[in-house]
Amino acid sequence: MSETDAALLARFEATIAADERIEPRDWMPDAYRATLIRQIAQHAHSEIIGMQPEANWITRAPSLLRKAILLAKVQDEAGHGLYLYAAAETLGVDRAELFELLHTRKQKYSSIFNYPTLTWADVGAIGWLVDGAAITNQVPLCRCSYGPYARAMIRICKEESFHQRQGFDILYRLSHGTPAQHEMAQDAVNRWWWPTLMMFGPPDDQSPHTAQSMAWGIKRFTNDELRQKFIDMIVPQAEVLGLTLPDPQLRWNPERGHYDHGPIDWSEFYRVINGGGPCNEQRLRHRIEAYTEGAWVREAAAAYAAKHAGTAAA
Amino acid sequence: MIEQAPQRERRDHDGWPLWEVFIRPRRGLAHVHAGSVHAPDAVMALRNARDVYTRRGEGVSIWVVPSRHIVASSPDEKDPFFDPAADKVYRHPTFYVLPKEVRQM
Repeated sequence: MSETDAALLARFEATIAADERIEPRDWMPDAYRATLIRQIAQHAHSEIIGMQPEANWITRAPSLLRKAILLAKVQDEAGHGLYLYAAAETLGVDRAELFELLHTRKQKYSSIFNYPTLTWADVGAIGWLVDGAAITNQVPLCRCSYGPYARAMIRICKEESFHQRQGFDILYRLSHGTPAQHEMAQDAVNRWWWPTLMMFGPPDDQSPHTAQSMAWGIKRFTNDELRQKFIDMIVPQAEVLGLTLPDPQLRWNPERGHYDHGPIDWSEFYRVINGGGPCNEQRLRHRIEAYTEGAWVREAAAAYAAKHAGTAAA
Repeated sequence: MIEQAPQRERRDHDGWPLWEVFIRPRRGLAHVHAGSVHAPDAVMALRNARDVYTRRGEGVSIWVVPSRHIVASSPDEKDPFFDPAADKVYRHPTFYVLPKEVRQM
């Protein structure tokens, strides 16, 4: 390392140590940049792919109001994807490159979206559990050391709380409805509970990147800490819903001041993340089709802009 | 605010350039940088910015500027560019010691 590089690295580390933000044109270690690009892109891809399981229910939502709410929520997910792609682009990558990496399976999205939404109650379970887990993950990211990512997360977190509440509201109504509706809500929670806990990633002793990400101020809590925080938050809410969580070992531990939970089946997590989930093929195929079939719209808009160049400020 | 500038001249594969988005949250406040959008022209850039950044009434006015038109200083706060501001302490009112008799100024 040359003397200049050492000085740049020292300045970077001092900025992190002072809990100040790194901004796009600051010098940063290549590995810091690469980690952020991978993480922000994966996050953006998750928002975009995450539109699919919910969009599946837009035409079948049980009332006009529920339909309008779900449309607004899915539109938010698109918006979140765009905030995040914009943040990733400040690191020197192009959005089109990131699409390409998603479409060719070189970058991943959250494996939770490889599960199907079988009933209307699944839309409630996604909002309450999946968005609840996302919020638990994302609130600390509002203090991430990379400025544009942190700013995008602040916007996203504000909007996610509507998502979680609408999910809770769906489940609450179902749970307190007819016995069949209650059963539908319980079934959805039973299916989404374990995959939701897996969203926080592998346990700390199997998460090789955690230490470095925490040293860089990208991550503020470990996977297990966030998972525990989520469980502690969600158990009392489940009681209010009148629904149970499908873990016989879930109980309050007064000594730890936290809920204990049963073992998570990590073989399922790795199977789904590596392409073996129920919907992996469908999700990616749909995404690629939407992108390919929308090409003529993008081309037409570009042609129109080229034709009128000079008449508008472009 | 203008740190993400000169190198951002790229277009995506469809030839849509990047625009920086500035939003005035309400009357009486200045436009503040919110993020960026891709769009083929200024009209679409405004529409995209509205859809992406103001879904909850976050703004009463939007500016979009082609990213390539933003000129930025060096991002380094210790840059000599900002030195002239540092050595003129007499620009601050606290530089002047007032006689005790003056209670307020």
